[in-house]
Parts: sequence; C-alpha cells; structure tokens
Amino acid sequence: MIYLKLFITFFKIGLFGFGGGYGMLSLIQHDTVEDYHWLSSSEFTDIVAISQMTPGPIGINSATYCGYTACVNAGYSVPMAVLGSTTATFALVLPSLILMVLISRMFMMYMKTRTVTSVFLGLRPAVVGLLAAATLLLCTRENFSAPSEDLWQFCISIFLFVAAFYGVMFMKVNPIRMILYSAVAGLLLLY
Amino acid sequence: MYAELFKTFFKIGIFTIGGGYAMIPLIEEEVVNRRRWVDKDEMLDLIAVAQSCPGVFAVNIAIFIGYKLNKVRGAIVTTLGAVLPSFLIILAIAMFFKQFEDNRVVAAMFRGIRPAVVALIAVPTFNLAKRAHLNRFTVWIPVVSALVIWLLGVSPIWVIIIAGVGGYIYGRIAA
Repeated sequence: MIYLKLFITFFKIGLFGFGGGYGMLSLIQHDTVEDYHWLSSSEFTDIVAISQMTPGPIGINSATYCGYTACVNAGYSVPMAVLGSTTATFALVLPSLILMVLISRMFMMYMKTRTVTSVFLGLRPAVVGLLAAATLLLCTRENFSAPSEDLWQFCISIFLFVAAFYGVMFMKVNPIRMILYSAVAGLLLLY
Repeated sequence: MYAELFKTFFKIGIFTIGGGYAMIPLIEEEVVNRRRWVDKDEMLDLIAVAQSCPGVFAVNIAIFIGYKLNKVRGAIVTTLGAVLPSFLIILAIAMFFKQFEDNRVVAAMFRGIRPAVVALIAVPTFNLAKRAHLNRFTVWIPVVSALVIWLLGVSPIWVIIIAGVGGYIYGRIAA
C-alpha cells in the first residue's frame, strides 16, 4: 500500500526533521532514495535543484515531488499520483500542526527550560552531521559521472562542484544564480 | 478574517525562493508591520520556537499565528495558504518534468546542475557548523553522525533521537 508507506515516511520526516529545510534533506534522502528506492540519487538531486529555483520550503517541495514520482514509478495513473503527492505533503505538515498547537497552548514557557536547552545541546551538532551525510551520500556516479565512465564529464563535474562551493560560500553568489550558471556550463560543456 | 489569513500566507508562500530563513523578513513585514497580528518581541520568541521545533520552519510560523488568531481553524487556513503555492508549482513540474527529462538540452543542463547542487548542500553544512559553536569536546558528534549515516546506512532519525537523549543526560549530569 504505497499511500500508507508515503504517509508514514513523511510523517516521520515531519516529526524528526530538525534544523530547517536542509536538515530535513538527509531524512528525506535516507527514506526515499536508500530505503524505498522511490527516487534515484540523481532524481533526488534534481528535486533539490528545482526546489531552489521555485518558491516554497524545500521540505514541502520534496514531499510533493516524491509523492507524485513514487506513485508514477509504481505504475499508478496521474490522478492517483496527485493523491500520492497530497498524502505525502499532508503527512509532512501534520506533526508540525499537532506540535505547534500544543506548544502555543501549553509549552510556550517550557521551551526555555533546562531540559529543552540540554536536548538541543546534543541536537545542534548532530544536525551538522546530518547535513554532512546528505552531502557525502550525493557524491555518486549518477551526479558526478566517474573517471572510468566519462573522464571529461567527471572533470567538469568536479570543477563545477568546487566553483559552486567557492562562489556560494566565499563570494556570496546567490544560489539560484549559481544553479543557472551551472546549467549554462552543462549545456556548453556536457551536451 | 479567514480569507485575509489565507491570502497573507499564500503570498508569503509564493514569494519565498530558496526556502526557510529567507522568509523571515517577508513574514515580519506582513504579520508584524502591516497586519499587527503579533508584536516584534513575540515574533522573536516565535522564530526561536519555530526553529527548535521539527518540521518546515515557515509552516511552523504559519500554524502558530493562525492558531493565535483563530484557534485550530485558523491554523489549518494559514497552513493551507503557506503550503498551497509550492504544492501546485511542484505538482505541475513533476507532471511535465518527465517529458523534458530526456530532452538532450535539458539533460545536458542537469548534468551541469547536479554537481553544483551537491555543493549548495555542502555550504550550509559549514555555515551550520560555525553557528553550532563546535569545540574540541563536541566536534566528534557531527563527525560520528555523518559517518554512521554515510557508511553504515543508519537512519538519521536514530541519530536525532540519540543526540537528543544524550544532550538531556549530559544536561542532568552537568546540573
């Protein structure tokens, strides 16, 4: 039952997705790519790219896209796939809806207690690790090609990775612009 | 009232490109300066709470403000407003992307985009590491977390649970 699986998966992601959109990526990737194989590694990267260029939070974008693609890949019709993407998006938002309502009703003060502060003492560094893992898991043959497969594409990929990292990290280039530059580079060099 | 709540968060949803924290100034402008639904100090508390809660940051803020103004119904309306723009746009892309994917021009563009996107995910890793104030006693936490997920295929959810419980135990011992 793919809808139930989608619901449980994205509910879990919504419940444990600490650290904002990027912190969630690692969870989404683990379940949809590594576990259920709903998406290939390059499809996942494409979603991240599309999310960067379109409005809206990356978590919502991934849930909507995964819900749709997972159903289509499983051979469902378009309306059934739309239902799949609705299920995934609803499931992602549901834990927030429950938690935030609870917090605004009773725990608003509780958020500053010692207990919550110490939980975050452990969570904050771990989320850094989650992001690092997401990056490492995306360094695949599908995203970069390989020297044995296509040496030219591999070298260009490494160059684009380094250039994009340097540009966004140190020159503060807008990420959307960076994606457009790399698209042009891909068109000119990897056609 | 519902229409106004929906409209405001729909607008916020449409105009956020690049996700999460890019939304903060826009949300502040709409809900603090223009509509006066919450005041400035409340907004600061709200940002802190929304950041420490799991889930999508902008949606958390939308839920909180909706609930404050019109209870559960208000929260549902603001959530729908914040989610609907990206839902519709991504659904349209998901429907048509498959047809373009095999187009040679699009394929070449995405061969260039993919390595750049991996870099875009690497950048916040370092920015977040700076903000987490790692020192020589805590630097092993992200390293071990990343390695068990990457090499052993451990679910990130376990890492989150263990890190949270670990932080709690550490806090009790320190106290």
